[in-house]
Formats: sequence, structure tokens, C-alpha cells
Amino acid sequence: MSFITRGFSGRDRERDERLPPGQTLVHDFPVLSAGPTPEVDTAEWEFTIRTESGVHRWNWDEFTSLAIDDVDTDIHCVTHWSKLGTSWRGVSLDTLFEHVETEQEYVMAHSYGGYTTNVPLDELLDGKAWVAFEFDGEPLEAEHGGPARLLVPHLYFWKSAKWVRGLVMMDQDEPGFWEQNGYHLHGDPWTEERYW
Amino acid sequence: MSEATAQTTAPAAASAAAVLAVPRSGWHVATVASTRRETPNAARIELEVDGWPGNAAGQHLDVRLTAPDGYTATRSYSIASSGTGTHVTLAVDKLPDGEVSPYLVDEVRAGDMLEVHGPLGAFFVWAPDAAAAGDPAADATRDTRPVQLIAGGSGVVPLFAMAAAHDAAEDPTPFRLLYSVRSPDDVYFADALRRLAAASASLQLDLVYTRRAPEGWPSPPARITRDVLEAAVIPAAERPRVFVCGSTGFVERVADWLVELGHDARSIRTERYGGT
Ligand SMILES: Cc1cc2nc3c(=O)[nH]c(=O)nc-3n(C[C@H](O)[C@H](O)[C@H](O)COP(=O)(O)OP(=O)(O)OC[C@H]3O[C@@H](n4cnc5c(N)ncnc54)[C@H](O)[C@@H]3O)c2cc1C
Repeated sequence: MSFITRGFSGRDRERDERLPPGQTLVHDFPVLSAGPTPEVDTAEWEFTIRTESGVHRWNWDEFTSLAIDDVDTDIHCVTHWSKLGTSWRGVSLDTLFEHVETEQEYVMAHSYGGYTTNVPLDELLDGKAWVAFEFDGEPLEAEHGGPARLLVPHLYFWKSAKWVRGLVMMDQDEPGFWEQNGYHLHGDPWTEERYW
Repeated sequence: MSEATAQTTAPAAASAAAVLAVPRSGWHVATVASTRRETPNAARIELEVDGWPGNAAGQHLDVRLTAPDGYTATRSYSIASSGTGTHVTLAVDKLPDGEVSPYLVDEVRAGDMLEVHGPLGAFFVWAPDAAAAGDPAADATRDTRPVQLIAGGSGVVPLFAMAAAHDAAEDPTPFRLLYSVRSPDDVYFADALRRLAAASASLQLDLVYTRRAPEGWPSPPARITRDVLEAAVIPAAERPRVFVCGSTGFVERVADWLVELGHDARSIRTERYGGT
């Protein structure tokens, strides 16, 4: 139903084809969270994957001695900003799931601070997702989710749970925190799956 | 570890959504009913939104602008009004290098049409006490804790909606607003806030001036410090629910201090507008 807005010409005249519809390029790194920033000490940090048969866990040292990927990617926030060519380091979900057996197809990511977000397991494997702990060559700052956050660049960034502490496998898809608050269950930026 | 996985849902969010029964969002055509200067740097825009389902205090909407060549720009704006009508009030601060806010502040005029998507957000919202409004079923879930609002600049918009809804509902919950602004000229909704603060049961208002204070103001202009914050908010011991809104830098600083001052992180809700 789009119609022309009287008097509006727009500023960003070059359209970058890496920009999904409705997104605007930013060069800074905006922060969006529902509450205060949790401060999590790496000495106490742990990451777990819970399946129908048990819990796999890594402490910080174990986690950071796993195979580490350098990831260059674009990120897209549902509040209409995108950042192109960001660089991260982290552990691929493929590495984390190497020895995890599960029949369950859905994942709820849980964060320190209580945040949750749901993602189908398919969307996390085959080089599509990481648990990242460095951004731009520096340890990930707490306000951006440090010590570690999920990085699922092909979905809106609210799926990339900050301060991630674990994944819980589920039989069925269930809404996480923002999803219960009106955001889309899946969240593909290219088809503008913003809200339900 | 069990703690990490025990928390399978976000209970506060789930119950807020249930209580409010927030209407589904969608695209709407909005006609600008009027626009006026709110402060030297901001405009108040009144919209008449065809098919608007109403909104809760604290929700926002997306505004989409389309250029003649099809280029679009979309930004989120908090709603300063609430309730069931089709009339929606926005207040927009102009960012000097911005794309959308200068258009909304300087260019838009009565009769123009805009596309809006909403209402959005079911978390950063406040609703009157259902029990006080005579709904006996609400007694069990009654949240009688006082409410502390903390705003920086244009971040006052959703908090003003909450304060106005609180007043309109004659809700008994104690409300206090700490509002940081550059100067007396930069206060949004100045008359309405003064009126709410004068009806002392509605709102206790605490202003902090960062660049220029009014004549005879007891303290020189300065940014909020941890001490100022502590002195001007409902103490942690009273377990207030806290809503903080403003630029990212403002919200980060205030929310960190609140936690240091003993406020329960789960009782602090934030909305970050971007920028620093
Ligand atoms: C939920 C929500 C509610 C909001 N409510 C209001 C409101 O009631 N009143 C109001 O005046 N503003 C509000 N904002 C901010 C608004 O959405 C725009 O960001 C603002 O008007 C600037 O847009 P612009 O196009 O003029 O600037 P842009 O052209 O987008 O950017 C100008 C500069 O500011 C930075 N910047 C701008 N917006 C953001 C952002 N969202 N995140 C990160 N960086 C950013 C850009 O990187 C750029 O450097 C709200 C934002 C959110 C997320």
C-alpha cells in the first residue's frame, strides 16, 4: 500500500544491495535491550546445551580452546538499522554440536539476565551461527553481549542473544522473550519477518 | 547450572502481554491533524490513524516514508498518547544529521499522509491497576509497587504516556518521574507535566538540567550523577518498578547505577533510542 510521502526525498541515495528492505545503514553500533546490562565474569561463565538425554557444558577456558572461526558478516536489527562487514571471532555451532546427539529440532537460547529467544536448530548449523566472544579484534563489550553472545547473522539481530549462557533443545517451537512481545517467531530480514 | 535452564520463559513479559491483551499490529494510513513546535528542537505531531486499534501507554509505532523513486526510510517513534481512540500523538527530536527526524520536525504539515505500523512493543508498557478499576479477578495479580520513570530528552515520550494514563485512570500507584533535559526550554509536554505534578497524587516530578537551569534553581546545570539519581528516585527498599528511556548512553549509565544502588535488575525496563 506504499504511497509517496509529500516532501520526502531521502538521504541515503545509493542503495547497497546487501541492505534488506526497510533497513538503513549505520556506522556506529546501536544497543537495544530490555533491561540493564548484565555483568558476567568469565571466571563464573559457562555455556551449556541441554538435550533430551542430558547437559553438555563448557567453562570459559574449555570454550575458548575449541576451534575458533573468524566471521565477517552483515548484521540487521529489527529496529531498521544494518551494519555491513562486521568482524567477529567465535565458536561455530557446528563445533558445539559435534558431539551432541538430539532428535529435537528447536532451540531456546537462554541468557544471563533472563532473556530468551527461539531458533530452529536448522538455522544454527551448517556454518550459519556462532557463539561469538570478540568483535572488531577486541573482547566483546558487555553492552553488546559480552563475554559471549549468539551470532545468527542471517536472522534479525534479536535472535543473536546477548550474554548467552545456554541452549535448550525443544520438541516444538516456542516463543522467546521478544517473540512473546510481538516479534516474529522466525525473523528473516529479507522477507521482513518483523512482527506477527 | 540448573538455574540456567529452569528459566524457560520470561514470566514478567508473558503476564504483561496477557493482562494488556495488546492488539495486533498492522500497517495504517495516518493523516497529520496538526503539528507544532514542542521545544526549539522538537515537534509534536498529532495523527489521525485510520483503523488504529488503540494502544497501551509506552508502546511505539514505525513511520515509513517513501520518496518519489520508491526509496523508503522507516524509524520507530514512541506514542505519547494511549487508549482506544484513533488519535495518536508523537513527539520527535531533530537529529542534525538525521534522515527522518528533520523531515518530521521541519517538513510535515497538517493534511499530509504517512504510513505507520503499530502499535508495537508489549514489554515497555504500563497499564492502570485493574483491581483498582473494579476488576475483582485482577486482585491476585495486583502489582501495588510504586513506579519510577526516568527520562533523558525525547525519552520522556513513552513515560509521559504512562504518567498521563496513570492520571486519567486515577490509579493509586505512586508515580515519580526523573527527567533530564538540557534547559527549561527543552522540556517536552511541559504544561501537562506541570499539571500532573500539581495534582500531587498523580506524579512527583524531578527535573535535572544539564546545560542551563532556570533562574534561582538550587543546583548548577550538570548531568545526572549516581548521587543525584539516588536522591531523586524511589529507594530500592520500596521495590519500585522502573522504566528508563532515552539515548543509549543515558540508559546504560542510569540502569547500571540503579543496579549498583540495589534495584532488582528484573524490575528495570529500558528503551534505548540509539545514538549516544
Ligand atoms: C522504540 C523506539 C522509540 C523511539 N521513539 C522516539 C521518539 O518518541 N522521539 C524521537 O525523537 N526519537 C525516537 N526514537 C529514535 C528514532 O527512531 C530515530 O532513531 C531518530 O528520530 C533518528 O532518526 P533519523 O532518521 O533522523 O536519523 P538517522 O539518519 O537514522 O541517523 C542519524 C545518526 O544517529 C544515529 N542513530 C539514529 N537512530 C538510531 C537508532 N535507532 N539506533 C542507533 N543509532 C541511531 C545514526 O547512526 C546516525 O549517526 C525511537 C527509537 C526507538 C528504537
